[in-house]
Amino acid sequence: MAWYVKKDIAETKHVRKTLWVKCKRCSSHIYESEWKKNLNVCPNCNFHGSITSKERIELTFDKNTFKELYANISPLDSLKFVDLKGSYKDKYEANKKKSGINEAVVTGHGKINGIKAVAAVMDFRFLGGSLGSGTGEKILRAANYALKNKIPYIIFSESGGARMQEGVLSLMQMAKTCSGIALLNKSNIPFISVLANPTTGGVTASYAMMGDINIAEPYAVIGFAGRRVIEQTIGEKLPDDFQTAEYLLDHGFVDTIVNRKDMKDYLSNILSYYNR
Amino acid sequence: MTTKSNTSTKDAGKKGPKPSSNTAWKTVKTSRHPERPVLQDYIELVFSNFIPLHGDRFYADDPAIVGGFAQIGDKKVMMIGQNKGKTTIDNIERNFGMAKPEGYRKALRLMKLAERFNIPIVTIIDTPGAFPGIEAEERGQAESIAKNITEMAKLEVPIVAVVIGEGGSGGALGIGVGDKILMLSNAIYSVISPEGCASILWRDAAYAPDAAKALNLTANALYKLDVIDEIIEEPAGGAHTDYNKTASSVKNAVLKNLKSFENISTEELLNLRAEKYAAMGKFSIDN
Ligand SMILES: [Zn+2]
Repeated sequence: MAWYVKKDIAETKHVRKTLWVKCKRCSSHIYESEWKKNLNVCPNCNFHGSITSKERIELTFDKNTFKELYANISPLDSLKFVDLKGSYKDKYEANKKKSGINEAVVTGHGKINGIKAVAAVMDFRFLGGSLGSGTGEKILRAANYALKNKIPYIIFSESGGARMQEGVLSLMQMAKTCSGIALLNKSNIPFISVLANPTTGGVTASYAMMGDINIAEPYAVIGFAGRRVIEQTIGEKLPDDFQTAEYLLDHGFVDTIVNRKDMKDYLSNILSYYNR
Repeated sequence: MTTKSNTSTKDAGKKGPKPSSNTAWKTVKTSRHPERPVLQDYIELVFSNFIPLHGDRFYADDPAIVGGFAQIGDKKVMMIGQNKGKTTIDNIERNFGMAKPEGYRKALRLMKLAERFNIPIVTIIDTPGAFPGIEAEERGQAESIAKNITEMAKLEVPIVAVVIGEGGSGGALGIGVGDKILMLSNAIYSVISPEGCASILWRDAAYAPDAAKALNLTANALYKLDVIDEIIEEPAGGAHTDYNKTASSVKNAVLKNLKSFENISTEELLNLRAEKYAAMGKFSIDN
């Protein structure tokens, strides 16, 4: 369920004192300034790399319209989880400091080309965007906010899955978040799921797959079981396109694939059809 | 997710302290004991008049998930459970209780049927996890589990879930969103298998015992964390030492919990379920 993709470590490496980004998909080296200017998308192969929640909010919402909610929620080390590298508490405290956010998701509401939306934006920098209790709480609260105010809800996922360091409490966040989605369904409030690279494990097996509309970014890895686990099970190597956005589109699990630069207009276009 | 229990210890020396056995790990082993009663045993010993129903109406009938109408005491219910085999051949046939999307979709079909008949649902959980394979991914393993979890939040009949052996992650939760969650005292319920967790966080699956301890996957630990509602005590040597006694305890516990929903309105049932899951988890709120 909870598997982690090592990804963006490779994306900002100091090579010969110049900042380069190595594209995870095509391995070409891109100047960091060029990479950033291109919204962290590879100019060579269109692989969509990680962006921070802050960047995604800026790209999606009209200037100065996004109001963050529930920012004071953060993780708790209720299992006193310690692995070889140390305690979960030390890990999330370091992540909080490094990322400037308190959890793996930023929640709030704002306007997309003038249309109101509630959003939860996952951030891979925070413990691999993993779904823990605080993450689930924020996603549910935002869903309830959308329900109460009858505003469409959008979740942007970028996550390795459920957070191991909170054990079954993390697993239960799948049920917790989906119970919020269930209430939106019953009240006919639209829920749009945007799946970025990667969206895997318990996040895919809960809200990320439950969008009334599922939108993926190009070449995003989206799947349930980890690639390595499957390869071990079947004893052979999987094709390169396995569990990509394109593969999911082929198999009927996402509605469409949208480039990051077009996402805002695509979302507002869809939302413009909401007639309640 | 991984089910491998024979693990490599070749690098153990370099990785700090040696893996250590502990109570949680012993429980993991008991939960996977080859003679531990499986769903088939409970169908015989706990339920009567079982009417098995097959197929997801889309693709296939998944033998890893068994379900149908059944009677428990004087109660008529829809029984849905994960079926590990009793022999190797049986286990291969039933894919070691690891369901594919068609299994979860069959489960959902039967749950909807229970709703139509207005009878409660009893789910029996015993799986290492949802099946990690190409065809499962192709047919939407994630979507099928997500859908069940979401739909279970809306089902208008009571749901009692019982973890009898392994509660393997999302594969377990796919039939596990109960109004009451009961666990046998030597059952486990985890976000990831101890082996899988150890190979990621310890970089060596041999540390599974340490991961098992850290994950808080025993019934006792989960009761303390407010995840489960009740622990069903097993006979002293474990469920495999006395099938009848274990089955009778399971039967009593399920019946008692089913009875607790007898005079409850649908609205109240759904509100209580929503509140139950909204309260799951522990986090901090800074000022
Ligand atoms: Zn590239």
